[in-house]
Amino acid sequence: MQVVSQVREPLITGGKTIRDITEDISSRVEESPSAAWLGGFAFSLLMFIAGGIYLGDLLWSGIGRWGLNKSVEWAWDITNFVWWVGIGHAGTLISAVLLLFRQKWRTSINRAAEAMTIFAVFCAGSFILMHVGRTWLAYWCLPLPNTYGSLWVNFNSPLIWDVFAISTYLSVSLVFWYIGLIPDFGTIRDRATGKIGRLMYGMLSFGWDGAAKTWMHYEAVSLILAGMSTPLVLSVHTIVSFDFATSVIPGWHTTIFPPYFVAGAIFSGFAMVLTLMLVIRKVYRLEDYVTMEHIEMMNIIIIVTGSIVGIAYTTEFFVAWYSGVEYEQYAFVNRATGPYWWAYWSMMTCNVISPQLFWIKKVRTSILATFVLSIIVNIGMWFERFVIIVTSLHRDYLPSSWVYFSPTIYDVMCYIFSFGLFFTFFFLFAKYFPVVNMAEVKAVWKESNPRVYRARRTVSEDEIPAADKKAIEKDLVHAH
Amino acid sequence: MKSDVQYNLDERYVFSDKAKKNVFIVLILGIIFFAIGVAMLAFGGDHSAAHALAYGDPTGHVGEGGHGFSWVTRLKSDLWINTVFFTGITMIGVFFVAIQSAAHVGWSAALKRVPEAFGSYLPVLGVVMLAIFLWAGHDLFHWTHSYLYNETLENGQPNPQYDEIIAGKAGFLNPTFFIVTVCFIFVWFAFWFFIRKNSLAEDLEGGTERFWKIKTLSTLFIIFLAISSSIAAWMWVMSIDTHWFSTMFGWYMFASWHVSGLATITLTVLFLQDQGYLKMINENHLHDLGKFIFAFSIFWTYVWFAQFLLIYYANIPEETAYFIDRFQNDLYKKAFFLNIFLNFIFPFLGLMTRDAKRKTIILKIVCFGVLAGHWIDFYQMITPGVLKENGGFGFMEIGLLMIYIGVFVLWIGNALTKAPLVAKNHPMLQESLNHHI
Repeated sequence: MQVVSQVREPLITGGKTIRDITEDISSRVEESPSAAWLGGFAFSLLMFIAGGIYLGDLLWSGIGRWGLNKSVEWAWDITNFVWWVGIGHAGTLISAVLLLFRQKWRTSINRAAEAMTIFAVFCAGSFILMHVGRTWLAYWCLPLPNTYGSLWVNFNSPLIWDVFAISTYLSVSLVFWYIGLIPDFGTIRDRATGKIGRLMYGMLSFGWDGAAKTWMHYEAVSLILAGMSTPLVLSVHTIVSFDFATSVIPGWHTTIFPPYFVAGAIFSGFAMVLTLMLVIRKVYRLEDYVTMEHIEMMNIIIIVTGSIVGIAYTTEFFVAWYSGVEYEQYAFVNRATGPYWWAYWSMMTCNVISPQLFWIKKVRTSILATFVLSIIVNIGMWFERFVIIVTSLHRDYLPSSWVYFSPTIYDVMCYIFSFGLFFTFFFLFAKYFPVVNMAEVKAVWKESNPRVYRARRTVSEDEIPAADKKAIEKDLVHAH
Repeated sequence: MKSDVQYNLDERYVFSDKAKKNVFIVLILGIIFFAIGVAMLAFGGDHSAAHALAYGDPTGHVGEGGHGFSWVTRLKSDLWINTVFFTGITMIGVFFVAIQSAAHVGWSAALKRVPEAFGSYLPVLGVVMLAIFLWAGHDLFHWTHSYLYNETLENGQPNPQYDEIIAGKAGFLNPTFFIVTVCFIFVWFAFWFFIRKNSLAEDLEGGTERFWKIKTLSTLFIIFLAISSSIAAWMWVMSIDTHWFSTMFGWYMFASWHVSGLATITLTVLFLQDQGYLKMINENHLHDLGKFIFAFSIFWTYVWFAQFLLIYYANIPEETAYFIDRFQNDLYKKAFFLNIFLNFIFPFLGLMTRDAKRKTIILKIVCFGVLAGHWIDFYQMITPGVLKENGGFGFMEIGLLMIYIGVFVLWIGNALTKAPLVAKNHPMLQESLNHHI
């Protein structure tokens, strides 16, 4: 018997039936694209193409087009890479780690978060391909037998570990996401009225038949993939942190980097999930599936991971002083007071100070505040990587090599390109794929059913929806 | 699930004479072992003293003015290992209760009185810690010597023992700040006291008001612990190797404490069940406890490995010195590798399968292994820094550990009798009683 305590919030509100769930989510796929969607999609394509033109020039002429110089050899490229990989983390965390922790509220948001993961990893990968300069030779990163004699991958290099970590991560996330989609594609296929829809969703659903045996296989595969994804959540950003921490550069070499990068990645990932979900929820009228409870939970994860990141910043600062190493001390003082002080304080404000507002219940249950803060966190996490990368590099051991990095239009437009790439994919996903996992939401539906558990709306001050009220009244009548 | 089964929610633990007798046997054996250990070291010839005379501190100054090594120093080191280790275990009991409350965890509601009993032991450890510091501070912590901080002697000559690096740390490494970190233990205790008070009031009053109060207290405790545990780790253990530093250290030590605490909670639950208590805790709850031990053992390994690899890879002499003292020293090499075996390979393989986590006997074996492993972890964190070439492991270590275990079990056993074993009005209790995975 499944028992749910009275102190828990319902996961689905509005007295939805199983049929409502199918209807509310599938119809978004079935109806023709709205004007807002077309506009948004066109804008994404525009960013993609405009950025792509500059990117084409960059590939043709070389990465000298960027503002890099002989001291700052990594700047926006790796900043963007780490930023996008970090964003990707939330999807895997929601689908795998929260599954292991039996956090049932994940079911409403895991689909979109996983999609976000995959597209974010595409964007991250694009920066890796760009920054190697001769992108057409990027396959040299793979240990392929070749005719170049001793030319072979340097397995001692964390950059190579990165290649394997990211590609494994992408493959597993992609498979996990797609397996989860299959039952829902089956549902949409069965509802499709047009010939093309039937054919397309028929192919996408891999002949899903919904038999008990098929569900058993589905459950088993999901659990195996969740088990595989969990170490990946940790490993990917750990390896990304190794790109810096294995070096001897003051400000990069610090042992706390691996867990702190992972926490920061989850932090930024959840912020991006919130940014996207708050829009989708509004546009697709999914308020009963992505409830205030869901938003509050995500905000709590943001405050926990944000505070972990804050403690890590402070620890780094403290230990730099404690170490007595002059260069280490200088690196940190220079971060806060040197020429890039503005980047450092943007990072501190956006990542550490402003998320603390979420301690206040009014703030973390306000849609507007959540939306604004989620964007602020994303800005802050971009600055974090910029601060780590650029401020640690721009002051070399030799003062004659001290420089200031300024981005060029190519830096900016390559970043815009990645936004175009991300949102083009995301808009396509939001229109043609079911944005909420119907099958899994149905699985948690019962414990939110007001017939079983009387509506427990303690988070929101809203009226109990009419449908819930009716069900409760009926219950009360029965009881008497 | 058999939801219609009626459990005795009012049961209270009685610390039986038989159980007490067993604890006293451990205590007496511990005292005997300890006495043998002391006798062996005190009368076992001056082999180790010769070592100490030949030994010079790598930083250039001779530790303790080069006087002979005495077994008392080794006793001080052992006392410190056990005190820090048991402080962590006790604190994790409170942390477990707090995290379950803050995260609205349902499954653990029926067993929450077990970790809740731990907190009452904190002030004892706080006092012990302070006493050891006052008695043994100079032997444990190199930085407590005032001569390190004066650039010149009284006669105006440069002080040969002046240590620029340690002097630079004086803002943190000073006795006042040390006492502040000991005060953390009492603050943890204060949080525990109020959480406990509300928890016991809930038994009488019911309702959900106390639940939310405990949640607020728990959240505040977690915030305070997040900051204080790292600072305590730097002060209590990292500062022993005074020159060395690692940003990861606070989390590394917390990870070690956490696994030890989880293993102790699990063992306590299992022993209570052996005595016929906590019938509502079934293999599903044990499975979850096992998963925690499994997962946090891997987390400990992750943190251990990240710290080791980054220092090894960057190969900066100031940092690698720490691992060279352990890894390339025959005295501590065994502890170094045993540490990884008992804390990673053993629980990883032992608790990998679903069935293993649901079997009492396997859980017990793994918990004991993990606890031994983490004791060794603290041994290899503390002993090489304090005793250098004079470290060892023998009857004294085993005896002292048994004494600490005996006193801990007596205290916790007694604390368990003070309240009902089940928080019968916990709003999550029904979820816990019907827990099924």
